[in-house]
Amino acid sequence: MALSQERLGLYNPDKPMENRLTDLGPRHFWQYLPPVIQNNYGKWLYHDILEPGILVHVSETGDKVFTVRCGGCRFMTVEHVREICEIADKHCDGYVRFTTRNNIEFMTDSQNKMEALKKDLMSRKHVSGSYKLPIGGTGAGITNIVHTQGYLHCHTPATDASSMVKAVMDELFDEFQGMNLPAQVRVSMACCLNMCGAVHCSDIALLGYHRKPPIVDHEVLDSVCEIPLVISACPTAAISPTKTEDGKKSVKIKEERCMFCGNCYTMCMAVPLMDKEGDCVTIMAGGKVSNRISPPKFSKVVVPGVPNTFPRFPEVCRDVKKIINAYASDANKYERVGDWAERIGWEKFFEKCDLPFTEHLIDDYRLAYDTYRTSTQFKFTEAAWDVSRAAGGIE
Amino acid sequence: MAFEPREEQKKLKYDELRIYSDDELKNYTEEELKNFKIKHDIPMCDDLEKGPWPSFVADAKREALHRRKLGDDRMLIERDVVEDLLGQLEISFEHGETHWKHGGIVGVFGYGGGVIGRYSDLQDRFPSIAHFHTMRVNQPASKFYDTDYLRSLCDLWEYRGSGMMNMHGSTGDIIFLGTFTDQLEPIFYELGHVLQQDLGGSGSNLRTPSCCIGKARCEWSCIDTQDLCYELTHYYQDELHRPAFPYKFKFKFDGCPNCCVASIARSDMSFIGTWRDNIRIDQEAVQAYIGGEIMPNAGAHAGKDWGKFDIQKEVIGLCPTGCMGMENGKLVIDDKECTRCMHCINTMPRALRPGTDTGVSLLFGAKAPILEGAQMAVLTIPFMKVEHPYDNIKEVAEKVWDWWMEEGKNRERLGELIQRKGIPRFCEVLGIPPMPQMVKEPRSNPYVFWKKEDVPGGFERSIDDYRTRHAR
Repeated sequence: MALSQERLGLYNPDKPMENRLTDLGPRHFWQYLPPVIQNNYGKWLYHDILEPGILVHVSETGDKVFTVRCGGCRFMTVEHVREICEIADKHCDGYVRFTTRNNIEFMTDSQNKMEALKKDLMSRKHVSGSYKLPIGGTGAGITNIVHTQGYLHCHTPATDASSMVKAVMDELFDEFQGMNLPAQVRVSMACCLNMCGAVHCSDIALLGYHRKPPIVDHEVLDSVCEIPLVISACPTAAISPTKTEDGKKSVKIKEERCMFCGNCYTMCMAVPLMDKEGDCVTIMAGGKVSNRISPPKFSKVVVPGVPNTFPRFPEVCRDVKKIINAYASDANKYERVGDWAERIGWEKFFEKCDLPFTEHLIDDYRLAYDTYRTSTQFKFTEAAWDVSRAAGGIE
Repeated sequence: MAFEPREEQKKLKYDELRIYSDDELKNYTEEELKNFKIKHDIPMCDDLEKGPWPSFVADAKREALHRRKLGDDRMLIERDVVEDLLGQLEISFEHGETHWKHGGIVGVFGYGGGVIGRYSDLQDRFPSIAHFHTMRVNQPASKFYDTDYLRSLCDLWEYRGSGMMNMHGSTGDIIFLGTFTDQLEPIFYELGHVLQQDLGGSGSNLRTPSCCIGKARCEWSCIDTQDLCYELTHYYQDELHRPAFPYKFKFKFDGCPNCCVASIARSDMSFIGTWRDNIRIDQEAVQAYIGGEIMPNAGAHAGKDWGKFDIQKEVIGLCPTGCMGMENGKLVIDDKECTRCMHCINTMPRALRPGTDTGVSLLFGAKAPILEGAQMAVLTIPFMKVEHPYDNIKEVAEKVWDWWMEEGKNRERLGELIQRKGIPRFCEVLGIPPMPQMVKEPRSNPYVFWKKEDVPGGFERSIDDYRTRHAR
């Protein structure tokens, strides 16, 4: 049975329940595992990273599988997927997979096939000159940036995702193709606080953030939203009911309580908060999800806001590079960014990364106490002398 | 070892399923692409074509050209969707604001999720993306495909949708990015009848589960992440398609504590493979690492000269519990003191392997900051043996859901409910005793809500009796 070509295909709008198949779930994975994977499922012994982007896994049976990992945009047109299929057909017997971080992995069962595949991939570029499938993303380097929809599809973003990822990965392309950092650096990006993709535990997190309270569309609010839902959506109780001059039920917002999370807008389209100048990019650092050596940690805000300078985000790129360069030159082997910052002390982090420490970076939300330094263990930096001076303690 | 799918899987053969002919698929030349300009002026988008990283704009443009050259009747939604999307993206850059409206309620009959409604707020300017709904398509576990399957999806999607996708969305689904309302049901029917597969989830439901590569290729995977993922996804189809929960709920399956699918950071029920016996040590291989014959960490640090491998400094000294040492030239691990952080195994994969008495640790309640703050999942059940069909796991999940559906407020994530009601209450719900492993440290405030049945004499007291001992 071929894919239908009639406008409504197999669907009959006059009889919507007819022939309806539901709850089928996903296709079974086993049929999509290449033979070398099926034959060695659960029998893998060890792996080696032969060069950036190229892995070999060796099985108890002696079989080997060579994996070539390529950067992907996450956003892909069918043209790109078809090209991926062309490569998979040519070199991988028609098999291919995608990774959790939006990379593409081609697998072969021999070194020769892998070399041919590698050559093919390296030769493919867009007419504009960018690689279509750059090889890299393994080991102590930087792999793909997990990100969200941004302006391509989202209704709540404070910035755009695909363009920022392109800009930052262009800057970090050497690190994508290299493995010379102390440990892997996971960079993630979310276009708003909903963080679709969990950037809250990344070595470096780029977060779109609003900075202006919502504008209330009093004209329609009561007819498109349930007011109690809007009010209860606000985690700081900044929203309360009100009546407009012409007697319409609506809401008002206590500006000093608003922290621009946008949850009200998620619940009600009549309180938009995006703004060209208000929206900015917050940079966070020091998170990790793995349990290796140190427990998982949250990312911490290290740059409260840089502007949304489309399309290349030079300020974001500049600050990300500062953090990575400082980390690369100073951290011990196996230390993640967060481990390094904790070992040297966050005051040294800001000094070495040449980032200013402003009041925005001190927690004043719930559980702020947990972040206070309640000890005399500190190192002296310029920031410390500034405080002494301001207090009249030194000249 | 082959697996049994729940229904027989008909083999998808692209040549039997296809919509487009080979000529249609190759309908433009490199030269034409070089000279191609979309109908909108997009200088900032054009700038994103430069630079080494793959350019999504360059990719979009070739799809735009492909659609331009397809016959009028060879796509069922507007031809110009890609061009209009890029045009709107450019305007969004200029305005510094998105141009998508709040989603409406669209979907397929009988499902409460899987389709995200989306409408442009510049419909006059970009009419072909006036409706631009997204469909989530349930991916095969750990995202292995073959080209017959992928090509068939591509033909379906280019014909009935925009031809633009995400491989993959953050939760794990294949995302079909942008189609019109009237194609939602036809696409659903094609997916089900022809491709024998389903949509993913969205809304206040069980979201599409996803897993790490597991035993398919990883030597460290302690559990069969694919099989668990597949089984639970199929078993809980109703919970996935018909939102009945207070809010979203996510399962994610990690084969080991390295957590490559980040379950500990982003799932309500996080499955992390582990072992309870001893790390397997190959002493010869240990010597090979010490002698410099094998690169440590599988060569992950090869880009910089970190000097000679020093097992004391790089492995034994970094062990978070200090449970390792060299004795008489042999590496010894006091496994009772090991917390299975994976560092030594990651660093010497040919010498050290996880134990063989494997199972899963269950952690609950991770979430992104909205609303009450970010949370990692809390270790709750330290070890469970897991065997298909995972009845013991399902029992736990259902206890959790029953409680959360009963007690959870609207849009309250499981992690927030656990915080609100407390871990002791969560333990009661699961029918498990408390253990110190659930906390980093015991409480430092002594405000214990003692229950009356646990206090001798209970809470009923008489003031008269009190007064017999204490004058006013």
